[in-house]
Amino acid sequence: MKAKVYVNLKPSVLDPQGKAIQHSVELLGFDKIVDVRQGKFFEISLDSGVSESEAAAAAEKIAKDVLANPVIEDYRVEIVS
Amino acid sequence: MKFGVIVFPGSNCDHDAYHAVSKYVGQPVDFIWHRDTDLSSYDAVIVPGGFSYGDYLRAGALARFSPVMQSVKKFAAEGKFVFGICNGFQILCEAGLLPGALMRNRGLHFVCRHVNIKVENNDTPYTSEIAGEKVLSIPVAHAEGNYVCDDETFSQLEENGQIVFRYCDETGEITDEANPNGARANIAGICNLNRNVLGMMPHPERACEELLGSTDGRGIFSSLTKAIAASSH
Repeated sequence: MKAKVYVNLKPSVLDPQGKAIQHSVELLGFDKIVDVRQGKFFEISLDSGVSESEAAAAAEKIAKDVLANPVIEDYRVEIVS
Repeated sequence: MKFGVIVFPGSNCDHDAYHAVSKYVGQPVDFIWHRDTDLSSYDAVIVPGGFSYGDYLRAGALARFSPVMQSVKKFAAEGKFVFGICNGFQILCEAGLLPGALMRNRGLHFVCRHVNIKVENNDTPYTSEIAGEKVLSIPVAHAEGNYVCDDETFSQLEENGQIVFRYCDETGEITDEANPNGARANIAGICNLNRNVLGMMPHPERACEELLGSTDGRGIFSSLTKAIAASSH
């Protein structure tokens, strides 16, 4: 069982790293890029005895309390069995 | 009167803070390892600058789980003084002791130079000894100093006088050019509602020695000393 957690800056928060990446990508010749936002991806492996609902609850708590800072970031959890 | 300086793995301004307190405050000061949890003998703790836990995940995010931080929360709730500098400010925000968050600098660069900051509120334990809206020259050294908070938090900070320091030019004007990191409303330091917890990005402990180019940091330490003396009577 794996939990995948995606953490991204809230849309209202400026992402200077995303802007710098966008600029570099544009230098490669891609001129139709509207925006680049940088985020974080976590893959959490869980014990095989853990049920899908337990995994979802655990991942949700881990994402909320540790992986994301709710002041500036949103998160999304996916469970992969 | 006794000060403590918390040491996390990766703290690197702990000795600077220790030096400033022992030499300019002239009071006993201990280093407190992050696994220690007994703060009962201290009147004030400094959460120093550096790169606690290598800034992994987010600056300050992992330090908040160190055992000492539970004690720091209780210490702050008792009205005792908690002073976070740079990474210490980031840790206090992550720990929920101060509102908002510190993000990557607007210009992406690590900014390491003297900046000017203006004292916006003299009625705090950290600024009472600094005259008027004085402009202080204090060094910054950070990559994540861009203070952000939502509109509601910002209005509360303003209404309650919690914005203690703002970046300004040498004449005290709050300008965008004087903002080294993109912080909202040029915020360089804030306090909690009770004013016993303060976080700031600039390093006053590095501005206590003539040799280092500025002694403007001393007023913050002398204010704090006076506040501790007053609170222990």
